[in-house]
Amino acid sequence: MAFLVSHPDEVKIVSKRFGLGATNIDRYLELDGYQAARKALTMQPDTITNEVKNSGLRGRGGAGFNTGLKWSFVPKQSSKPKYVLCNGDESEPGTCKDRLIFEHDPHSVIEGVMIAAFAVGARTGYIYIRGEYRYLSVIMQKALKDAYARGFLGKNIFGSGYDLDVYWHGGAGAYEVGEESALMESLEGKRGIPRIRPPFPAVVGLWGGPTVINNAETLASVPHIILRGADWYAGLGPAKNGGTRLFCLSGNLERPGVYELPMGYNLKKMIYDVGGGIPNGRKLKAVVPGGSSTPCLTADEIDVPMDFDSLTKAGSMLGSGGVVVLDDAACIVKFALRTMKFYRHESCGWCIPCREGTDWLEKTLMRFHAGGGIKKDIDNIQYLSENMLGRTFCPLGDAAAMPTIAFVKKFRKEFEDHLEGRACPFEKPGVIEQLPVLA
Amino acid sequence: MKFSDEFEQRFAEMITHYPTKRSVLVPTLLYAQDEVGYVSDEVISELARRLALTQLEVRNVISYYSMLTTKPRGKYNVQVCTNIACMLRGGEEIFEHCQQKLGIGHKGTTADGLFSLEEVECIGGCSWAPAVQVNYDFHENITTEKMDSVLDEYRKKGTQ
Repeated sequence: MAFLVSHPDEVKIVSKRFGLGATNIDRYLELDGYQAARKALTMQPDTITNEVKNSGLRGRGGAGFNTGLKWSFVPKQSSKPKYVLCNGDESEPGTCKDRLIFEHDPHSVIEGVMIAAFAVGARTGYIYIRGEYRYLSVIMQKALKDAYARGFLGKNIFGSGYDLDVYWHGGAGAYEVGEESALMESLEGKRGIPRIRPPFPAVVGLWGGPTVINNAETLASVPHIILRGADWYAGLGPAKNGGTRLFCLSGNLERPGVYELPMGYNLKKMIYDVGGGIPNGRKLKAVVPGGSSTPCLTADEIDVPMDFDSLTKAGSMLGSGGVVVLDDAACIVKFALRTMKFYRHESCGWCIPCREGTDWLEKTLMRFHAGGGIKKDIDNIQYLSENMLGRTFCPLGDAAAMPTIAFVKKFRKEFEDHLEGRACPFEKPGVIEQLPVLA
Repeated sequence: MKFSDEFEQRFAEMITHYPTKRSVLVPTLLYAQDEVGYVSDEVISELARRLALTQLEVRNVISYYSMLTTKPRGKYNVQVCTNIACMLRGGEEIFEHCQQKLGIGHKGTTADGLFSLEEVECIGGCSWAPAVQVNYDFHENITTEKMDSVLDEYRKKGTQ
């Protein structure tokens, strides 16, 4: 069970039922449960989509695409069945928010799937949960069973004549499956290898049918928008960045935890006020603002509102909301190496720039951290990374390259401090085996 | 081959959820692994038969997913996360500690078959780092002392 925290600046919407026992369907009903789905069934599908579009809700998985707009791409008429697929394969390092939603409020995800299905005319929905989250799939299976028992799912929902089935599905350990086309492959019982796009899933998705794919937090936000209106939700954040977000604060912080804050909340305040600042009298060195794939910000760059557009302007991304904080005892080369080791491990090998790039970058960074680097390697790391960008089917290649480029650009001096036989300045002597300098 | 009634019930239900049979493959492999301890040759041929796939197609899927293993491992699989958020809070020290304590390395198994050890990628415990998963159970905000008591607990449970 994940430990809950709170802070006075929080605006609890998605997290409003956390800790209140809402996994129990009766308790969920007491807390306005299934009211939004009931309401949505009385609305025209286009009205639902427009409401979500106008709320400024953007994909909480990382890409930040307007959710209502995504729904509007699903064709009205389709010879093949349409589907809604909830992405709960949360695996981006630094991110642990969907876990809390599934643990404390599984019915809100089901309700979100229902509303998305009504909006696009789908009769089947799937909720994909990563394999490691076994206890959460148990919670979800129970929630679905309870929803069926009450007649909220299945035939003739709420007497409306609308039939909808929602099922649970489980993964077995794969970061890449969090990418939407790989997610569909995995659900179809295959290796999670990405598909080429276009066609996009909204047109050709699961088993060739139009498919809406949204992150669990995105879908859990939808019922609140339907109940309280687009204007209310949009007003919580800056323009085009509606609502709140679950920010996962981790790393060298006094009070790490998952906090629900309005979009556009200042990052500096988030670190020092909400997260309690850097412990042990240390100073801030860098922040990875949106999960491991987002370019880091230096201590001078953190006075920035946490919304999609502001972070893009600051040269990074809001990503999945995983805020990883590094203090001045952390070694950037080592951090870059650990990040790359992850991407090398998770690369499926389908696209050569990603498969070879992550492998070479890991090897180079490993040698570098062990004192075996030479000066031209620094430029090589950047050059290699830049040549991976945009050259792969799925964004895993970009996810590996983008943070690496930022580490080299912003912390070049730290790379230089490791050169030519010098031991890592942050590591205790003797901890890493020194590698020879290759001339 | 024989699976538990619970497995069969779940399998029979899940297969009705999709337009194609093979869609049940990934979660079913994991449930089968939980029962047998690993994805054995027997499991592979049985699932291939049930889902009208070749054994090669099943093996192709297995090799993609990091939780699936075709080799037997310990009763308790200790998975220590050393990814960025855990690394910053001592995940590597926890992994090192487990290696010494159990006398095995990454993907090793103790001689008594009780424990396996694995250094894993992010398991979603970032805000409660460092995080460890033993089989499916999460243990968070781990220190070396806490790790010792976690291991002791499982040792007690496993040798009863």
